[in-house]
Amino acid sequence: MVYITLISLFFGVAITAAIVYFFFKYRRTHPEQLGVPIHGDMRLETAWIVVPALLAMTMFAWGAVVYVDYRRAPIDTLDIYVIGKQWMWKAQQPTGLKEINELHVPVGRDVKLILASEDVIHDFSVPAFRVKMDVVPGHYNTMWFRPTKVGRYHFFCSQYCGTNHSLMGGWVTVMEPTDYAAWLSGASEGNENPVLAGEKLFADKACITCHLSDGRGRAPSLNGVYGAKVLLADGSTVTADEGYIRESILDPKAKIVAGYQPLMPSFQGQMTEEQILNLTAYIKSLQSQPVPATGSGIAPATGKK
Amino acid sequence: MHRTGELFGQYKTMEQQRETASLGMWVFLSTEVLFFGGMFMTYTLNRSTYPDIFSEASKTINLWLGAVNTIVLIASSLTMAMAVWSSQVGKKKLLTIFLVATLILGCVFLGIKSVEYHEKYVEHHIPGWNYQFEPGADVSTNAHTQLFFSLYFAMTGLHALHMIVGAGLLLWLIRQSIRGRFTPEYNTPVENIGLYWHFVDIVWIFLFPLLYLIDRH
Amino acid sequence: MPREHYLNATYGIRSWLLTTDHKRIAMLYLVSVTFFFFIGGAFATMIRIHLLTPTGLLVTPETYNKLFTMHGVAMIFFFLIPSIPAVLGNFLLPIMIGAKDLAFPKINLLSWYIYLIGGGFVLYSFSTGGLDTGWTFYTPLSSVYSNSAVTPAVIGVFINGFSSILTGLNFIVTVHTMRAPGMTWFRMPLFVWAQYATSIIFILGTPVIAITLLLAGMERMFHLGFFNPALGGDPILFQHLFWFYSHPAVYIMILPAMGVISEIIPTFARKPIFGYSFIAGSSIAIAVIGFFVWAHHMFLTGQSTYSALAFSLLSYLVAIPSAVKVFNWTSTLYKGSISYDTPMLYALGFIGLFLIGGLTGLFLACLGLDIHIHDTYFVVAHFHYIMVGGAVMGYVGGLHFWWPKITGKLYPEFLARVAAVILFIGFNLTFFPQFLLGYLGMPRRYSSYPPEFQVLNVMSTAGASILALGYLLPMIYLTWSMRYGKVAGRNPWPATGLEWQTDSPPPTENFDVTPEVTWEPYDYENRPDLGLAIEGAPTHAHGDD
Repeated sequence: MVYITLISLFFGVAITAAIVYFFFKYRRTHPEQLGVPIHGDMRLETAWIVVPALLAMTMFAWGAVVYVDYRRAPIDTLDIYVIGKQWMWKAQQPTGLKEINELHVPVGRDVKLILASEDVIHDFSVPAFRVKMDVVPGHYNTMWFRPTKVGRYHFFCSQYCGTNHSLMGGWVTVMEPTDYAAWLSGASEGNENPVLAGEKLFADKACITCHLSDGRGRAPSLNGVYGAKVLLADGSTVTADEGYIRESILDPKAKIVAGYQPLMPSFQGQMTEEQILNLTAYIKSLQSQPVPATGSGIAPATGKK
Repeated sequence: MHRTGELFGQYKTMEQQRETASLGMWVFLSTEVLFFGGMFMTYTLNRSTYPDIFSEASKTINLWLGAVNTIVLIASSLTMAMAVWSSQVGKKKLLTIFLVATLILGCVFLGIKSVEYHEKYVEHHIPGWNYQFEPGADVSTNAHTQLFFSLYFAMTGLHALHMIVGAGLLLWLIRQSIRGRFTPEYNTPVENIGLYWHFVDIVWIFLFPLLYLIDRH
Repeated sequence: MPREHYLNATYGIRSWLLTTDHKRIAMLYLVSVTFFFFIGGAFATMIRIHLLTPTGLLVTPETYNKLFTMHGVAMIFFFLIPSIPAVLGNFLLPIMIGAKDLAFPKINLLSWYIYLIGGGFVLYSFSTGGLDTGWTFYTPLSSVYSNSAVTPAVIGVFINGFSSILTGLNFIVTVHTMRAPGMTWFRMPLFVWAQYATSIIFILGTPVIAITLLLAGMERMFHLGFFNPALGGDPILFQHLFWFYSHPAVYIMILPAMGVISEIIPTFARKPIFGYSFIAGSSIAIAVIGFFVWAHHMFLTGQSTYSALAFSLLSYLVAIPSAVKVFNWTSTLYKGSISYDTPMLYALGFIGLFLIGGLTGLFLACLGLDIHIHDTYFVVAHFHYIMVGGAVMGYVGGLHFWWPKITGKLYPEFLARVAAVILFIGFNLTFFPQFLLGYLGMPRRYSSYPPEFQVLNVMSTAGASILALGYLLPMIYLTWSMRYGKVAGRNPWPATGLEWQTDSPPPTENFDVTPEVTWEPYDYENRPDLGLAIEGAPTHAHGDD
């Protein structure tokens, strides 16, 4: 920011100064006076194409580095699910603790927000952290940050979303890790653990009838699948992340696992974003369960078929 | 009011008038490329996102009617080209005949198109109008096949609209041709409307495989 | 003043409403775009008054959302985009190249009627429930959730697009086929180059917004699913299609203004423009590269990182030709014979404000920075510096420069200079605080805001009142001058273009005799007919180069 500001100031001031200087120095002194006809100068033209281009490349490069880092969350993050809907925010801590228009995080920890929208496009922005990301219905977006100072900071909705767009904000509270842990456990009563909620849904919605954990069902076992590479019917592989799980629930025919029939019905319109998040949490919790030798969708490690 | 074939006030020569009209038509057609292009892009992206569903949906549109229509349109481009040639060599009677033939073929195309649309209506495949892909189809299948049909109707509908405009232009051309207005020295409207007609034909040549032919097992 | 000219050649309302004279059509556009400027301006006034207090002073959030949406739609589609091309371009382009009219005069008139019909639909939308989707119509808000009059508005903008397309088509063909003998491409005024480049964007970009709005409108009317994720669609697809036009659209808005500046500066420095071919080439470069940067509006939608990198790089590239222009204009002032006439004040104001607007574009193109300033008042300030500080100043400056030619009269010079300065000051006071607001985190499209942002908002509103004065003054004295202004004569400045060789106002046919061009543009040295070079007296104040 400072870098670009300085360059901009330099050119801005220089050109303005030149204009003002020429404006006064070369003012007309008698009515029929002409200016000196100078048609151009190749060296000057080349100079002021090349130099700005090089400077622009440096600005681009610096910004690109920051951005790429921002788009790739670190591995060990505290994951918080954030759902935006007209006109409020719901955040769900890993323990299942829910907050409305508030977000509590520990200082010094990498925090990843998984963003979902129930209706239109929103944007979760925390100016003090210099971060924001659109929240788009139909897929998940993620953003990450590492708070470095304890305190309370505004967050805003930053994508126009209708009537109360300007009221759709709240506060991020950054706490010492011990305070955060205390807050988390203290306020947890009455809040459903998302993994348990997801497990209940898994049974209620009859997922369990096909997705047998031993791999002998009509659908692949979900043990260990979160984060792994899944082999699809067309030979390609895909990483089973939150987005893949969500898609598999809402549009199962989009990616069929190799060796399986397209039998799974779609749950589009039958589940809220929250329910999908709970199911995802449950499936994530199966990560450490034993993967059956057959009846799993996970792609073989060495690529041998 | 200026009559067809006269020099308009802002031009200096007939040559300039002709060049200008011709360039104008080419520039207009380039805007049409971008116009249809936006929809082609949307269709292609959606097709690659939902290849199986789109293939399912595409099977239910009438391949034979589409194929006949393709032949009809190509034939109409042939008759149009013959019309242009006739005007270039001064064969006025032949010009009128070929223009009428083109118009008839265009109308045949539109007629077959309405039969196709009617079929879709009967099958409840018109989006937004009691849409149901098949009895028992679930929400997701309905939604994605409806996407296919929305694009199908939007693209073929826009194309048909252009055909109707073309038919109107042909009517005007026929009227002028009967009055003997076109000569080897002045046949600009025939050439330019011919260009337009060929363009509309080419759009169909892309539409047909994209909508009817791809992935039809 | 000549006895017969285009304004009085025929009388009666039919002779105006059915005219095919490009000059009269330009005047018809002048009246209609000014009308929409008032409408957009009224909304802007209400917005700034409303934002005087953190909780909002004037209206409910629903109404506020409609205000900023309608301000954007009216200003962008019905004022800025047509303004210079349809008013100044229509009037001047044929004359500047020595033609009697555009290639297709009837299509020119049709363009105006299409514009009116589109405007009619949009006004209908404004008055029957308003529009609250933002001028960007993002889905699924616009196609599913909004309860405002979206459909007529979308139809109106769709129809209006054809007005642009036909104007662009007319200009391109005219430049190719209607130039007078001797008027080669590189003898054309830079204003014509600018219109040509703009027209390329008109014809290639506008059809895409047309189809996009058509699809969005269909989605809303028939509950289809192109952009609605609940029905399998993709809201981001809408953004791609929308911005594919709307980014080049901003070049539609600025290129003609740059063309105006390229005419004014050599005239009031009395020397050829520095780097003619570079300025001409940069117009084309901006038009072309401008088609490849659209997704810089979408860096935070979750698109692939690679594509974000590509679009950021290209966005920096498109800044270079604009920089080239600024350097060349400034260099033209060097060793010039500079007069402080009103058009020159506007031109220099343009350069200063466009400079700030353009430099702040560098901030936005920077991926890392954009994370922070995206969708904040920083963006609002950036584009107003370019649209208002740039395009509108170019338009008003151009109106002043060619006013004598269009009306045959001169406006009151002292008052005009004062108004130009008021405009410049008012503009900066209005919009500079908004850069700070954005950097401090105030999001855009907010009808209420945290109290810490109030001081800057109040400053901005105060500036807006001065800005408004700067606009009202020219409207008053320009109108006044049509009746009471001094007679201008053929070439009051004097300037070198072909348009200054014919009467003020010009005859309907533009020229009594088709000119034959043998001179280079802006060539003051070899134009004794301008009455500038005196035998024996020093003609250059600063010695030969």
